[in-house]
Amino acid sequence: MSAAAAIRIFVPVDAAALSVGAEAVAEAIAREAANRALPVEIVRNGSRGMLWLEPLVEVETPQGRVAYGPVAAKDVPGLIEAGLVEGGAHPLRLGPTDELDWMKRQQRLTFARVGITDPLSIADYRAHGGFAGLQKALALTGAEIVQAIKASGLRGRGGAGFPTGIKWQTVHDAAADQKYIVCNADEGDSGTFADRMLFEGDPYLVIEGMAIAAVAVGATRGYIYLRSEYPHAHRTLQRAILKAEAAGLIGASILGSGHAFHLEVRLGAGAYICGEETSLLESLEGKRAIVRAKPPLPALQGLFGKPTVVNNVLSFAAVPWIMDHGAQAYADYGLGRSRGTLPVQLGGNVKRGGLIELAFGISLREIIEDMGGGTLSGRPIRAVQVGGPLGAYLTAGQLDVKMDYEALAAMRAMLGHGGIVVFDDTVDMAKQARFAFQFCAKESCGKCTPCRVGATRGVEVMDRIIADVERPKNIAVLRDLAKLMTDASLCAMGNLTPMPVMSALNHFPEDFDRPPLPLAAE
Amino acid sequence: MAGYPVWNQEAARSIIAGLAHLEGATLPILHALQDEFGHVDPQAVPLIAEALNLSRAEVHGAITFYHDFRTAPPPRRVIKLCRAEACQSLGCEAMVEELAETHGIVVDGEPAGDAVVETVYCLGNCALGPSALVDGELIGRVDAARIAGLCQQERAQS
Ligand SMILES: Cc1cc2nc3c(=O)[nH]c(=O)nc-3n(C[C@H](O)[C@H](O)[C@H](O)COP(=O)(O)O)c2cc1C
Ligand code: SF4
Ligand code: FES
Repeated sequence: MSAAAAIRIFVPVDAAALSVGAEAVAEAIAREAANRALPVEIVRNGSRGMLWLEPLVEVETPQGRVAYGPVAAKDVPGLIEAGLVEGGAHPLRLGPTDELDWMKRQQRLTFARVGITDPLSIADYRAHGGFAGLQKALALTGAEIVQAIKASGLRGRGGAGFPTGIKWQTVHDAAADQKYIVCNADEGDSGTFADRMLFEGDPYLVIEGMAIAAVAVGATRGYIYLRSEYPHAHRTLQRAILKAEAAGLIGASILGSGHAFHLEVRLGAGAYICGEETSLLESLEGKRAIVRAKPPLPALQGLFGKPTVVNNVLSFAAVPWIMDHGAQAYADYGLGRSRGTLPVQLGGNVKRGGLIELAFGISLREIIEDMGGGTLSGRPIRAVQVGGPLGAYLTAGQLDVKMDYEALAAMRAMLGHGGIVVFDDTVDMAKQARFAFQFCAKESCGKCTPCRVGATRGVEVMDRIIADVERPKNIAVLRDLAKLMTDASLCAMGNLTPMPVMSALNHFPEDFDRPPLPLAAE
Repeated sequence: MAGYPVWNQEAARSIIAGLAHLEGATLPILHALQDEFGHVDPQAVPLIAEALNLSRAEVHGAITFYHDFRTAPPPRRVIKLCRAEACQSLGCEAMVEELAETHGIVVDGEPAGDAVVETVYCLGNCALGPSALVDGELIGRVDAARIAGLCQQERAQS
């Protein structure tokens, strides 16, 4: 081979890929290529989201990128032998990446670049459409940007589904010497990892979205509140912010426009409640993260009492596309009041798990069975939890429901942050109900009695039900307790903990009537 | 993973001074101290309180509220094992039992050798569970033998 341009080989640096050996694969490729004097450039990209195929190695060929996976370090010599650098045949060869069914079925707006670019390369980001949305926003007034976000129909992706444009309007209209943009990257819901993948795979997108928000509402400071369980995302974000500042994209003057926007990452400290926006603000202020009563809305009195936009990572990340392609183009995706696309995260006991971005409206069954391929164990699907630890458990018979805020709400479930967790028929739903209370007891901020005391009571009641102590009476107590928590808790932590519990009880009553378990050997 | 230096009040003071100008500096300071010393010694409380013009009770309250902060030096190796729903669906609870019964490692219990296994809820690796975070490295598709091996390895080294 001549010393022509190096062949680009992509090995993800995404934490999920690293968790199954991507680092060793990258090292093995570098070593083998050096041994054979092959001119290879290894690019550490984000993950394409086909997590069951990680480590997924791609090679750039004249016909496009060709994928191999899952690749183990020990496979590398054989792969190179088989002509990996030319996209040669091998049992691990999957074909052109873009032709894979998983990729072809998606509508990637937010995740368009993830897995394709070098996450920290600003040149790559620009070459793939980066900063076009911000550039267009800078030519508009704040009110015009807010109008576009409203018209797009974008609703917050953090869980509550509140219209983003309306929130921005409130902050825009508030008069204050200082306003803040806060990105909620606490991503505490089990079964969710889209925020993490975005930070590790395309960090500038969230920075761009936050900068647009800053211009729209007249804010000059921003914080990304990132959970401490994400050390890889933390490193990438810190480097991305430094590079973005050095390149003049943010900082004293956003792209030379004269708008200042100073951005910092702040780490959480292992508390689920910090995902609740007022708790998060308390934490950013350096306090114990006790939930605040609303009103006042954070939009009016948020961080340090100043008007503050708090949005989820995915909400900010949708903004650059909307500004670049137009509000209507975004609203053309989806159905009903759920407009645009939703990055769905499929996990748990599933054969093919990963990230799927699609317009709202696809059914759970299509996601879990067609894309996910059913359970990893090969056993029948029994339960599916949607929307994190506060979300409902659905039965295998309920999976035709469409991914849509209202459709799920109508069946007493919720979409949350788009996480889907699959369980096979070995699951014990009484135990899952007990866990929901246990989690709430551990993670409650403690401010209000129904949640603080109710969760602990809930664990005790579930213990009695599981041990077959006065079951009918205790199930009645359970229902009363759930109602009390739902009605009287101050925030959604206490309000919604009954959702997984009641869905387990109502959809899987047989699990609350099993022969008693011998006392646990703890 | 290298051991941490012993707590040093002067070094702590200079870390605090370097960050005190930040808005809401408490958490950044606590993280920086824990990064440096592996824990936040109770002796830090008056230093932070003074630097940030807070009461000692406020600083103490913050340290105890968050699960992350330790007030005593950690074992040499900390393994954070995910026990949230997606990892439950892949048998993390059975793994916790196996660790106790077969390997004598009690999750959230006393350190085994010089390693400790602690519960966390979700590491964002829910499609490749069960998952663990070991000295900052994420591990997917983990099983009891691997966790026990990671504890052993530390025992052998220390
Ligand atoms: C217990 C609890 C945990 C939450 N966790 C998160 C989270 O991890 N990430 C998030 O964006 N929103 C979370 N939320 C929702 C936030 O309170 C808030 O609605 C959201 O950050 C607003 O942003 P959005 O409109 O863009 O969704 C949580 C809410 C509750 C009650
Ligand atoms: S419901 Fe729970 S988490 Fe929410 S404010 Fe009350 S005690 Fe705190
Ligand atoms: S539930 Fe274990 S990594 Fe998310």
